[in-house]
Amino acid sequence: MTKTADAFTQGKAFIPFITCGDPDLETTARLVRAMAAAGADLIELGVPFSDPTAEGPVIQAANERALRAGTTTDKIFGLVQDLRRDVTIPIVFMTYANVVFSYGTDRFLARSREIGMQGLILPDVPFEEKGEFDGKCKEYGLDLISLIAPTSEDRIGRIAREASGFVYCVSSLGVTGVRSEITTDIGKMVSLVKKEQDIPCAVGFGISTPDQAKKMAQYADGVIVGSAIMKLVAKYGKDAEPFVAEYVRGMKEAVREGK
Amino acid sequence: MNNGRFGIHGGQYIPETLMNAVIELEQAYNRYKDDPAFNRDLTGLLNEYAGRPSRLYYAGRMTEDLGGAKVYLKREDLNHTGAHKINNVLGQALLAKRMGKTRVIAETGAGQHGVATATAAALLGLECVVYMGKEDTVRQALNVYRMRLLGAEVHPVESGTGTLKDAVSETFREWTTRISDTHYVLGSVMGPHPFPTIVRDFQAVISKEIKEQMLEKEGRLPDAVLACVGGGSNAIGAFYHFLDDESVRLIGCEAAGRGIHTFETAATIATGRPGIFHGMKSYFCQDEFGQIAPVYSISAGLDYPGIGPEHAWLHDTGRAEYVPVTDEEAVQAFEYLSRTEGIIPAVESAHAVAHARKIVPAMGKDKIVVINISGRGDKDCAAIARYRGENIHD
Repeated sequence: MTKTADAFTQGKAFIPFITCGDPDLETTARLVRAMAAAGADLIELGVPFSDPTAEGPVIQAANERALRAGTTTDKIFGLVQDLRRDVTIPIVFMTYANVVFSYGTDRFLARSREIGMQGLILPDVPFEEKGEFDGKCKEYGLDLISLIAPTSEDRIGRIAREASGFVYCVSSLGVTGVRSEITTDIGKMVSLVKKEQDIPCAVGFGISTPDQAKKMAQYADGVIVGSAIMKLVAKYGKDAEPFVAEYVRGMKEAVREGK
Repeated sequence: MNNGRFGIHGGQYIPETLMNAVIELEQAYNRYKDDPAFNRDLTGLLNEYAGRPSRLYYAGRMTEDLGGAKVYLKREDLNHTGAHKINNVLGQALLAKRMGKTRVIAETGAGQHGVATATAAALLGLECVVYMGKEDTVRQALNVYRMRLLGAEVHPVESGTGTLKDAVSETFREWTTRISDTHYVLGSVMGPHPFPTIVRDFQAVISKEIKEQMLEKEGRLPDAVLACVGGGSNAIGAFYHFLDDESVRLIGCEAAGRGIHTFETAATIATGRPGIFHGMKSYFCQDEFGQIAPVYSISAGLDYPGIGPEHAWLHDTGRAEYVPVTDEEAVQAFEYLSRTEGIIPAVESAHAVAHARKIVPAMGKDKIVVINISGRGDKDCAAIARYRGENIHD
């Protein structure tokens, strides 16, 4: 049985994110298979939300395109079911609290489990509100991934202690999107986490180049990239597969060097 | 700490990046809310600058015309900047100063909250940036100019439907990029804890005054208090000090747009269901998969797919009633109050006037109704004229 933590057993992990259904679910399926083949260790599948408040313009636009194309939670469950015939690496959903709550938290999690998902990331559910989701995630054998941010400071200990799967370290202030420079002391964030629990830490937000990925991988167990990939999808649409595969290969290479 | 729950509603559903900011805000608020110097400053500004207390005006002609209960109007439209929004903004701006913040950001729908925030920022020497849906910058062009005149920067928001909900999303996004020197002056009783409580407390001056003024004028409490509800700040302000007075009916008037059986509506209680959005659990207009609905109302200030968590709870407990009022009814009430009392209400407030016209005639002459006129309608004249087919622009 695949586990979230499996992503981190073969050295540093590269974790791509894509928004499901942009430009359509057939393309998403091809992209997931291509990314897995290109060395992705874990994939974050974004379930689109109408008002993604933690996202920058690139992923906002991807969400809008996906919803306009008629993407729904049920269709995404169908997509994963199909992917699981041959894709074995861990996969987690990244979406917003309302997508899960409105579907019925139990129903959403039961279905996620059934189709072979490993976890769930809800950027608008902080430590204080995780109770109503976390307990149920455990019941269904899913990891609710905890996030820590550059502003978390004294909160990191508490969050890390109860984290499962891996800890998502938000690299910078602000929303998702490409940044030219990351100034947060990631090494310190990671060591504060590890002091509480021996759990993998992956860094995301703002990472786009192999150089950045290599640098981040020196401090963390994995690197998460979303906007840079969705930029390629926005540019090439249904023909994005070779470009995304090449990008993922390059990033995986860089991450591997970052030890 | 219960994270600001009102029954099941409320909470703090926000990115981790903002958590320490709202915790800092809560600590500052708890420290200053009963601080004599803070309250002296706030009351001083409310009275000397904003013009409080606002009048509780007996609407004699309306009362006579409707032939039922006596109608009083709480004249929040007479406040400086023309709406109740200034009550909350002065409180939050003073709090921001006490917290050492030098910059405030705000969302705005109709522009009233943006204008109020820009005003307080000018007065207190704070830098100010206002986020406003692109659609709304067109509907309320004059308010955009006002904010700029007051020294604020106005950012049109093009994402989503380009209305109030998108302005709120964008302001939250902006806040995550710059927290240390910036306070988010949220304009309604919504968002993550502690905002619904802070904004309610700063707006509660409305019902505090209504109660005092009513006891002085009539020697008793009113039988009903009516207010329009988008996020619900003027309504909670008008209801708050009556919550324990069970004899007082509390009626929130939602914007039904073209009707609650159409998709062009913003009546959350009538058409929404429980959800989690913009930092809170409450009722939201949404589709079966939890996608937030693109709502509609002629009133930019009520054009919001959610409602504050305390209202959601007052609805659940039955303490307050929430009723839908259509564009057409609101526009008729806008014209009615203008002709009957010589008071041009904000089209938002006109929703409450419209519902009063439905219920007052059936109430006995010994009954008393208070309508909260949350803002003045100058800003709406061009839009209403266009609605009536007159091609004027402001």
